[in-house]
Amino acid sequence: MPKRVLLGLLLACGLTAPALAQEPKTGGAINAVIQPEPPGLMLAMVQNGPVQMVSGNIFEGLLRYSPKLEPQPELAESWSVSEDAKTYTFKLRKGVTWHDGKPFTAADVLFSLEMLKQTHARARNNLAQVDKVEAPDDYTVVFTLKQPFGPFLGIFEVGSMPMVPKHLYEGTDWKTNPYNNAPVGTGPFMFKEWQKGSFIRLVKNPNYYEKGKPYLDEIYWQIIPDAAARSVAYETGKVDVLPGGSVENFDVPRLSKLKDTCVTGAGWEFFSPLAWLWLNNRQGPLADKRVRQAVMYAIDRDFAKDVIWNGLGKVATGPSASTIKYYTDDVPKYPYDPAKAKALLKEAGYKGEKIRLLPLAYGETWQRWGEAVKQNLQDVGMNIETIATDVAGGNQKIGDWDYDIAFTYLYQYGDPALGVGRNYVSSAIAKGQVFNNVEGYSNPEIDKLFADGAVATPDSKRKEIYEKAQKILVEDVPVAWMLELQFPTIMRCKVKNLITTGIGVNDGFKDAWLDK
Amino acid sequence: MISFVAQRVVKGAIVLLAIVVLNFFLIRLAPGDPAVVMAGEAGASDQIFVQQLREKFGLDKPLPEQLFVYVKGVVTLDLGFSFRQQAPVSKLILERLPATLLLTLTAFAISLMLGILFGTFAARFAGTWLDTAITIFALIFYAMPIFWVALMGILLFSVTVDWLPSFGYETVGANLTGLAHVADVARHLIMPAMTLGLFFMATYTRMTRASMLEVKRLDFVKTARAKGLSDAVIQRRHVLRNALLPVVTLAGVHSGTLIGGAVITETVFAWPGIGRLMYDALLQRDYNLLLGVFVICSAMVLTFNLITDLVYRLVDPRIEFTT
Repeated sequence: MPKRVLLGLLLACGLTAPALAQEPKTGGAINAVIQPEPPGLMLAMVQNGPVQMVSGNIFEGLLRYSPKLEPQPELAESWSVSEDAKTYTFKLRKGVTWHDGKPFTAADVLFSLEMLKQTHARARNNLAQVDKVEAPDDYTVVFTLKQPFGPFLGIFEVGSMPMVPKHLYEGTDWKTNPYNNAPVGTGPFMFKEWQKGSFIRLVKNPNYYEKGKPYLDEIYWQIIPDAAARSVAYETGKVDVLPGGSVENFDVPRLSKLKDTCVTGAGWEFFSPLAWLWLNNRQGPLADKRVRQAVMYAIDRDFAKDVIWNGLGKVATGPSASTIKYYTDDVPKYPYDPAKAKALLKEAGYKGEKIRLLPLAYGETWQRWGEAVKQNLQDVGMNIETIATDVAGGNQKIGDWDYDIAFTYLYQYGDPALGVGRNYVSSAIAKGQVFNNVEGYSNPEIDKLFADGAVATPDSKRKEIYEKAQKILVEDVPVAWMLELQFPTIMRCKVKNLITTGIGVNDGFKDAWLDK
Repeated sequence: MISFVAQRVVKGAIVLLAIVVLNFFLIRLAPGDPAVVMAGEAGASDQIFVQQLREKFGLDKPLPEQLFVYVKGVVTLDLGFSFRQQAPVSKLILERLPATLLLTLTAFAISLMLGILFGTFAARFAGTWLDTAITIFALIFYAMPIFWVALMGILLFSVTVDWLPSFGYETVGANLTGLAHVADVARHLIMPAMTLGLFFMATYTRMTRASMLEVKRLDFVKTARAKGLSDAVIQRRHVLRNALLPVVTLAGVHSGTLIGGAVITETVFAWPGIGRLMYDALLQRDYNLLLGVFVICSAMVLTFNLITDLVYRLVDPRIEFTT
């Protein structure tokens, strides 16, 4: 068995390190890599990956989620749902203070919701089903929904709904508020220092409400822009943690073998990054379903997983990742079958028209994947031209629908209503945007299924609806699903309990400790 | 001399303004909408969000109006606001400028000193094995891309022998002060400055060598020799001084290229300077920040060129300050 496949299997099983129960030790600092440098740290204003990775330590949400995506208490200590599934009551934790000493209350929750509706596109969409929010007392928040919304309990994680200090933001110009660059949250770590271009330093919150936590004294987020230099920084002992996606995939096996190094693929269950190829359904050969199916048969996805991604991840079966709710693999299958692809192309009358392929400019791994896919498609007789751009240029082309095939990967946020439907329903076709229904697929049946699925009760009904939607989509191939990506986190084995939830390194290091 | 400098400054300001206008349009010619980039990083986007971002950037206004607002800002020394970084552009640049100046000036000094030294030796011992060795050494560094030299340096000095740090400006978390801090920064500076400096050193070596060999053949050198001056004095006072003019010209031209080289060096070594700031701003289409960095770099190049002209006068008193 090739080593990289073995590594993949080990990662698939969770930790490669022995997960022995030990008494946590207090003290010490962790040096972790952050890439790229966050544009700011105010999670309510900017939500890209690196921002959450750092600010997930400073800010908190009402809930966090286990690796199985079950809600767990954070700022809310308990919650209840009414029988008609339209009223959700959250009891807030008492004795929580902001880093400046002011108490955290329901008024902060109400203010945060108002602010997020204006500054946070995903929160705005998630809250669209909310009719009103009330705070009967300082420690109770009641959400009343317009209609039942199945994934509602899944929208309270820190990146999706960070709590903002009302007393520092109310009545100010949010975008120029000085606290954007020195954020004040309720989280286990407090912002201390940011040397732009060098590092961000967080220190322990001594008044954290969970007694004894956090265990670490400090976290240094080191900003190292070059992927090879990040690998070297780990090799030479200058950093202890390489969060998922920090280094090129081909460096993972080498770094994993270093002394005292542990690797885990855990912590991405909530996001469940799924990679696929946008296929432009509107024009050219790809408007024909048979050509799109041929693309699925033509691409050797196991090769991509084993060679390009070093055995990490899983071949995708359809629009949902296997880690999110209502996933089914009872769908039509597309094994690697070039002969079948050729036959389908012939049947569709494809005559070698030029097809433009847009790889993703996210580094070497993605470039190589682009080349492999090009070769696969050329092997079955497709005339592929690769278009090279940077990220911004690529996004513009995709948003303008000026492509035939384009690489992407998107987060699924645990529930098909939050992270899957947006890519297939016809109401999400809007030019100029890159994370909606870019392929231009339009099917009234799918529209209805996703509309019904979001509001259906009970859970078994939702399951039935989403399983049906998956079958239809996989038959129609609006996009070509590639891999459920896995971003392994590499760290020194002395770092314990770094990842304890389904949000992983994006959920703060409050449980982490150093076995010195 | 004062009127010479004053006139050059006025001309420089006009050139700078032209650069601003040209860059303003060039940046916007590149495909990629900053609002879409930011929306994309947020992991979600809808029409309202993208429209909000456009309004924030001022991108919803007509282009001539955007230009007018920008130029008006630059004239009053206001380089605008980076909405991506949520901070004034001038603040972002000023935070990074010292690191870049330290890196480029050190690299510049290394390249000039070593270049002139090696070039002088090569010319003095022209045709010998020393000349060949120096020429090959110089060519190697000239031929190798900066990022390659950087990576090989890291591999050798950080990974293999562990003498020098592989990244950063200082040891994070060490909280050093005084001389210990200076020594720490110097240790971090060695590899990036040498990487950048060695590339430019090569050209100065070649230029000094060629120029010195040419000057050596001139009549006044024969006269000096006939006067009975020692070889060392002839080389230093007559040959080198005259041979330096083209080297100084080249150094002036290089001031701009040096900043270009700093972009790569700073990225590989995680050096927190404006080269990296420019690179990130370019990828993210952070128009205001990118233009701000261009303005500062252009101003630096113009200043270096002015200094070059002044140094000319010092090297060769025959040159008049005419405009």
